[in-house]
Amino acid sequence: MRDVAIVAFSQTDHVRRSEEVSEVEMLMPVLHDVLERTGLRTGDIGFTCSGSCDYLAGRAFSFTMALDGVGAWPPIPESHVEMDGAWALYEAWVKLLTGEADTALVYAYGKSSPGSVRDVLTRQLDPYYLAPLWPDSVALAALQAQALIDAGETDEPALAAIAARSRTAAEGNPHAQLRGPRPQGGYVVRPLRTGDCPPVGDGAAAVVLAAGDRARELCPRPAWIRGMDHRVEPHALGVRDLTDSPSTRLAAERAGAFARPVDTAELHAPFTSQEVVLRKALRLGGSVTVNPSGGPLAANPVMAAGLIRVGEAAAAVHRGASDRALAHATSGPCLQQNLVAVLEGEPHVR
Amino acid sequence: MSAKEPVAVVGVGQTKHVAARRDVSIAGLVREAARRALDDAGLGWADVDAVVIGKAPDFFEGVMMPELYLADALGAVGKPLLRVHTAGSVGGSTALVAAGLVAARVHRTVLTVAFEKQSESNAMWGLSLPVPFQQPLLAGAGGFFAPHVRAYIRRSGAPGTVGSLVAYKDRRNALRNPYAHLHEHGITLEKVQSSPMLWDPIRYSETCPSSDGACAMVLADRAGAARAPHPPAWVHGGAMRSEPTLFAGKDCVSPQAGKDCAADVYRQAGITDPRREIDAVEMYVPFSWYEPMWLENLGFAAEGEGWKLTESGVTELDGDLPVNPSGGVLSTNPIGASGMIRFAEAALQVRGRAGAHQVAGARKALGHAYGGGSQFFSMWLVGAEPPAT
Repeated sequence: MRDVAIVAFSQTDHVRRSEEVSEVEMLMPVLHDVLERTGLRTGDIGFTCSGSCDYLAGRAFSFTMALDGVGAWPPIPESHVEMDGAWALYEAWVKLLTGEADTALVYAYGKSSPGSVRDVLTRQLDPYYLAPLWPDSVALAALQAQALIDAGETDEPALAAIAARSRTAAEGNPHAQLRGPRPQGGYVVRPLRTGDCPPVGDGAAAVVLAAGDRARELCPRPAWIRGMDHRVEPHALGVRDLTDSPSTRLAAERAGAFARPVDTAELHAPFTSQEVVLRKALRLGGSVTVNPSGGPLAANPVMAAGLIRVGEAAAAVHRGASDRALAHATSGPCLQQNLVAVLEGEPHVR
Repeated sequence: MSAKEPVAVVGVGQTKHVAARRDVSIAGLVREAARRALDDAGLGWADVDAVVIGKAPDFFEGVMMPELYLADALGAVGKPLLRVHTAGSVGGSTALVAAGLVAARVHRTVLTVAFEKQSESNAMWGLSLPVPFQQPLLAGAGGFFAPHVRAYIRRSGAPGTVGSLVAYKDRRNALRNPYAHLHEHGITLEKVQSSPMLWDPIRYSETCPSSDGACAMVLADRAGAARAPHPPAWVHGGAMRSEPTLFAGKDCVSPQAGKDCAADVYRQAGITDPRREIDAVEMYVPFSWYEPMWLENLGFAAEGEGWKLTESGVTELDGDLPVNPSGGVLSTNPIGASGMIRFAEAALQVRGRAGAHQVAGARKALGHAYGGGSQFFSMWLVGAEPPAT
């Protein structure tokens, strides 16, 4: 299999609301920054792929405006997934594996502030039987959290500790929306408290991929993608064991995550309780640094948060903080769909 | 590193396209097409390694990211499931993303499905939500494209009758296609020409319908093709190109992205004279005048000459270069699936499995799709023989 690496990563500062900028204006500095890091220009990129969602933008074909921002002239080979940007990265990775391109630009963005993201996300549920009931994303996550507590997998103090650890770690992340120790707060939907839930916010991220020697030219220490896989589970919550994530486990196995231990993991667990599920599925021991960026509990721009996990894991490899990192992204209610990537830096002297 | 794995289309399935499929849910609709594609391939759900699904805007059915809800219906549980969205070109892009998985040897057998169930919502509403700080395009697709058609007529000097010839041809072709939405028995050229003017110069009968429907294909590697019960179609080239929606340098009549995309496909497929070497074309023609326009954009005719091919009967089913033997988008338009139907119909032609609308002896066929403001393009060229490696 062809060697492909992440050679650059950039993200916005994630904020609660960004009324003063359009999605394209929010994205543009990120695109410029990630290209500057590699010295590449739009015309040099072999393939471009993005992830976003019309339902956040409140209009059809919202990604067309972002493409204008990319500056697709002369015309570019380009595609889009209506999914988190982590899946756009997957599509770009496959494109590079075919040899049809040597470099790829991947970006994702989402603004949750114009609406109520809890309500908006109900529209992704079964349209005939579930969506008409408007069960919101926090309520569904609370079902999962309660199932975990009932199964003896966790308890409320343990969840509070996950929240505290994440937001303390985010002190070192200038892009994070919530940083530093915060009160756990009252119940949003029992057993989940404010601190167990991600902040609602706006943000964008971009990544550059390159194959083989091109990656070495563009980055002193490329984050080589050793494997990447994603799997989906049934949609109906009633037929799933919410205390487990077989799709994450299978994706990790296919991505080669269990072949050797990882030192760092960036997990897309918007709720504290979901980190419990993912740690078990991914067999992450105490020696693994989980979400040193603060994770989605510190910044969760919907549609970009998964790509940011991959980008943060890659950045840790780039700066020598990690030799073998795992990145995870999720989509759908209660971790329905999960992606796992394994990133490695070449051996180096610290 | 060896070359890419050759990709074969071993199964094709479609629903009967109609204005409203009230007898099935969205899940039932996509499953019907997928099941037919698997039957054609002689495979079961367990044989599929990954699923790639595409559709046009989520607002058309009012379901956000419907791939999540459709995971079960598409047999995707425990498998990778990707959801592509590139506006009207999405059906083609979806097939290309699926083909990439096989070409890269990530998976060996991939199911790809595209759909639209427009009757569950209101497409015009879905396309007309006001956006702050952007110019409104509330006239629908016809209002957006009519000025470009007028520009083509002025530029090429084409007689005003060409559009109706295309519509008359495509609607007659659709009568031979059991899956086509519009079956206008008793269609005449006079009926097309006397239909009401909607967006000058586009008449009612020169406009695509709004359909419910789904299309699916099973793509396989060389070993999968060898096991297939029916002749496969081989992918000889595939490409996507995008350009900005609106800018001063854009040629709305013949966008550069379309030209570049076709050139890339021909280069991959070793095509130097598309007019002679390609036997059938399934072209994305939602408004009849786009046939002569795309004939030029795709390199089948010189600039300003496309209408002459249409007028002389070259693009008829029994012509020298049949365009849209299936009846095309003019007869069937479940938007998100329309591009994949073009790709799938091209495959049926070279497999010799297009039934009553089969082009005799078709060995190479082009599938073409476009979307947005003529800014997104996806195409593939399929052949009856495996590509030379």
